[in-house]
Amino acid sequence: MLSPDFVGREYPGVGTHEIHQSSIVAFARAINDENPAYYDLISAQELGYPNLVAPPTYLITIALGESERALSDPALGLDWSRVVHGDQRFTHHRPVFAGDILSCHTTIEAIKSVAGNDFLTTRSDFVDLAGVHVASTWSILVVRGAS
Amino acid sequence: MTRRTYQSVTVGEVIGPVNYPVTRAMLVSYANASGDQNPIHQDEEFAKSVGLPGLIAHGMFTMATAARALTDFAGDPGAIVEYGTRFTKPVIVPDNVEVALEVSGLVAEKLPDRQVRIDLQVTCAGVKVLGLTRAIVALA
Repeated sequence: MLSPDFVGREYPGVGTHEIHQSSIVAFARAINDENPAYYDLISAQELGYPNLVAPPTYLITIALGESERALSDPALGLDWSRVVHGDQRFTHHRPVFAGDILSCHTTIEAIKSVAGNDFLTTRSDFVDLAGVHVASTWSILVVRGAS
Repeated sequence: MTRRTYQSVTVGEVIGPVNYPVTRAMLVSYANASGDQNPIHQDEEFAKSVGLPGLIAHGMFTMATAARALTDFAGDPGAIVEYGTRFTKPVIVPDNVEVALEVSGLVAEKLPDRQVRIDLQVTCAGVKVLGLTRAIVALA
């Protein structure tokens, strides 16, 4: 059972994350997506963008590490060997581009227990250097009860 | 790449189905690009030892792959305003066998501000692997 005391806790990210062109290219290759706006600056600019565009789920690459850090407090009681990914959601206020420098702030939004399984909802908020909220992603981890 | 216009879209329009391959080699690439090195996606013995039916794809790999149907439809990878899914069943990836994710979509609703809601269906070998997969997409 996860500690419900952790609901509402916030974890400012460690430093900032610069989005490199090479990281967008590697992610796009890994999902086998040949969309030219992920690889070619001219194609991205033709769409009106300042630099290569990040794929819609790219921010998970940052959210994952930041939320793992946030959830590592032993007092929370999270047993990673029992975790399955239940749900994921993204909201983009604008696309993410190469050259962006983003902070990632993690919040534990909810902890619920249903039928012996725990459901842990985290939210990761991404803010750019100008202080503009760029995107958020919500993740629900399901911690299977001991059988 | 041509952006899809809001005006050209009607509710009920069907997208796909499109088949996207998944192999173990792709999962290794995805693990390296995403930082998710959980061994259940790379080590069959380990996956079975924790009660899984076999080596499984990252849920986020499946979600990212399904998003290709959205970005190709919109003609703009920056057009996805909201995108969410449940992970309902694992995508089992056997050794030396290519499995396919079948992705189809439906324009479910036209919204203000040139946005549309698209619902996706994602199956693997006939099994629904994602659930309640919905996106809000901004069109030209």
